Amino acid sequence: MSIDITEFYQTFFEEAEELLSDMEQQLLQIDPSDPDGEQLNAIFRAAHSIKGGAGTFGFTVLQETTHLFENLLDKARHRELALDPTIIDIFLETKDMLSDQLNAYRQQTEPDSAAYERICNTLKTLAEEKGQGSGAASTSSVHAPASGLAESGAMVIRIAGVAADNATSLAEELALFGTVLEQQHANDVLTVRLETATGEEDIRAVLCFVVDDDQITFESVAKGSADDSSASVPVDEWPVEEEMVPAAPEPASAAPPESAADSVTAPAEPAKAAAPAAKKAAGAAASSENASLRVSIEKIDQIINLVGELVITQSMLEQGTSDFDPVTHGSLLSGMNQLQRNARDLQEAVMSIRMMPMDVVFNRFPRLVRDLAGKLGKQVEFETVGKSTELDKGLIERIVDPLTHLVRNSLDHGIETPDRRLAAGKPAAGKLTLSASHQGGNILIEISDDGAGLNRERILSKARENGLAVSDAMSDDDVWQLIFAPGFSTAEQVTDLSGRGVGMDVVKRNIAQMGGHVDILSRPGQGTTTRIVLPLTLAILDGMSVRVGEEVYILPLGAIKESMQVRPEDISTVTGNDRVLHVRGEYLPLVELYRVFDIPDAKQDVTKGIVMIVQSEGRSFALQVDQLIGQHQVVVKNLETNYRRVPGISAATILGDGSVALILDIPALSRAPQDREGSHAGHHRSAAALH
Amino acid sequence: MEASAIDKVQLEGEGHEFLVFRLGAEEYGIDILSVQEIRGYEGVTRIANAPSFIKGVTNLRGVIVPIVDLRLKFALGNADYTAQTVVIVLNIGHRVVGVVVDGVSDVLALTGEQIKPAPEFGSTLSTHYLMGLGSLDERMLILVDIEKLMSSEEMALIDKAA
Repeated sequence: MSIDITEFYQTFFEEAEELLSDMEQQLLQIDPSDPDGEQLNAIFRAAHSIKGGAGTFGFTVLQETTHLFENLLDKARHRELALDPTIIDIFLETKDMLSDQLNAYRQQTEPDSAAYERICNTLKTLAEEKGQGSGAASTSSVHAPASGLAESGAMVIRIAGVAADNATSLAEELALFGTVLEQQHANDVLTVRLETATGEEDIRAVLCFVVDDDQITFESVAKGSADDSSASVPVDEWPVEEEMVPAAPEPASAAPPESAADSVTAPAEPAKAAAPAAKKAAGAAASSENASLRVSIEKIDQIINLVGELVITQSMLEQGTSDFDPVTHGSLLSGMNQLQRNARDLQEAVMSIRMMPMDVVFNRFPRLVRDLAGKLGKQVEFETVGKSTELDKGLIERIVDPLTHLVRNSLDHGIETPDRRLAAGKPAAGKLTLSASHQGGNILIEISDDGAGLNRERILSKARENGLAVSDAMSDDDVWQLIFAPGFSTAEQVTDLSGRGVGMDVVKRNIAQMGGHVDILSRPGQGTTTRIVLPLTLAILDGMSVRVGEEVYILPLGAIKESMQVRPEDISTVTGNDRVLHVRGEYLPLVELYRVFDIPDAKQDVTKGIVMIVQSEGRSFALQVDQLIGQHQVVVKNLETNYRRVPGISAATILGDGSVALILDIPALSRAPQDREGSHAGHHRSAAALH
Repeated sequence: MEASAIDKVQLEGEGHEFLVFRLGAEEYGIDILSVQEIRGYEGVTRIANAPSFIKGVTNLRGVIVPIVDLRLKFALGNADYTAQTVVIVLNIGHRVVGVVVDGVSDVLALTGEQIKPAPEFGSTLSTHYLMGLGSLDERMLILVDIEKLMSSEEMALIDKAA
């Protein structure tokens, strides 16, 4: 079997994506007037690695772009190019372009060539304008990055642990860098003598997608004096770290700029100086690689499932052994206790695998805030708190869009322009804080700004225009909730920034789908805080079990506002068929669960059962059930794995006795009466929005 | 599709194994390879507004599995549920479905010659879902393409989009 290079595409895409996101972080942190050499080096290394990979896989456009980018970065780190905010902007733009190109390749299409040319020209112009001794670097060939490369020289590359089948393809791979003078494969070690202009780092970067870094050793052979014996060094001597003399490494970061020029003529000198640094870097990279492991979500979910089963089996065993005599079955019972503890610990440990730090989400925002603030002509100090707070991966992915929208809103409508802020006696730079913290079994995410706050009058008048039932006597909290009402148009406020994308009602719906809710706190002139409360994980739901007839259903606890017994006089009928419940001045549609699900033997008289007031998507309604059973944490199981979607049901779960209970889909149930009631729905909706 | 299934059986020569079960007085056979396990009928949770032959869902070691009563689907036999009621758990294209039958009798290998094409008949079980009729001594087995039947729209087990 030969090495199919396409197998490594995915690895490359993932690694390149991480490198790009690191690059962006570094670019944002860098201080143009006094750049940190280490940061510039990190950015350079990221670009360099991407270039190497792109070259291997034949992603020419990506390779060319990174090459130009790399040249500039190299000048910057050698202080030949003075950085300023404009250049950082161009660098960020380049990074975006690289992301786009990467995505294009991922979708197996060619990147946008117009954009590519534009960015190339920008980079070239920049190199010519700013760079001293310009041109040379940017026009040089791809295989000669401005990293102080040697001219063509021979080197011996040994790769350990290579099976015979793979040796040929690896050698072919290496042949792409230059001329293979000699190749030999013995005892799983491939030895190739290569004449090439490519540096060791480049070859290493390319090969690292195929073989591990520590499998490779390099040995330079001075050009022309090709030492024949070096090609046939006895393999049992390998690996000999001390022999490892990089042929033409990048100059060490500490090396003065002149040494780059020197290295061209005297490659051996800086090579020795750089060797320890290169080794150190390689060591650091290796240790961070080993610290984490990529595992598919599917496998993790399977483990979570199995552990869930184990816990259910354990509790069944516990029930079965609970009335055993402790004297005669002492060891069994202590074993049961042990099992219970172990099962709990195991479940916790497994659930934590899915957890990811909020860092992943928060890291996107400094860039967004920077760009938006620039466009809006506002000054913003952006701060994130609680980056290490962990959240389920499924939720992490889904929280990004709502958060982006809220941050945009804060920047666009919340924080004022510097002159207005100064006039209001506030510092010119607004403050935007994104924070995450744990609160019981939930996670609390807050977006707060010290801007102008929400405009109560404007929201009220907008709501009136939209035909929502509002009054001036409404509490602030109720007014703020209006902006989440479906159909509450923000058209008048549409700007280039926050007009596009999702509306606030979509934000609220997205968050409700994740089992969370949103609140707004706002004070005129002092700012707005939006709080999102989310459950820690999607896999477990806090639920209330209810009985209807002989059947048990689970209601998500977050949707329940209250439960009550009703008196006959609280119920009125609408158009003879549908009923509404009068609760403290509001009329809520009554949804009879036994009727929706056609449940036999249920209590049909609403006054004999229990009514739960539930809320979803800003609408409240009353749900009639027979009896409340209790509150549980349930493990959510997908019903659609083996069956189809069931209207009114969101998922299923397994109860303590091993039977299946269905989890109610509250938003779907809330729409059910609306469909039946037609024109009356509008009235109920606005009544609900008022609440 | 039926034809190709028979072709496959004929090509294999030594035959094809079928799990034989009863529905009322009739004997049916399904490809043994689609059978995951056989278990008793217990603890089924009803699903609202589903066709009557879909009894509901049950917990099969942590997996939520729908249960279909073929006796109700084909209007055969008395659909009563006792300790002897048998559920055949099928694994069809990554989906797991349980099927209630009157009883499982045996596993039989049929050769290509023993499988006759099914004649056109009644509407409850369209010939579309039949692989043919198997004859073994005096017994006649109705060979059902269970995969096709279970993924059909009339079984209402899968969303149309899926």
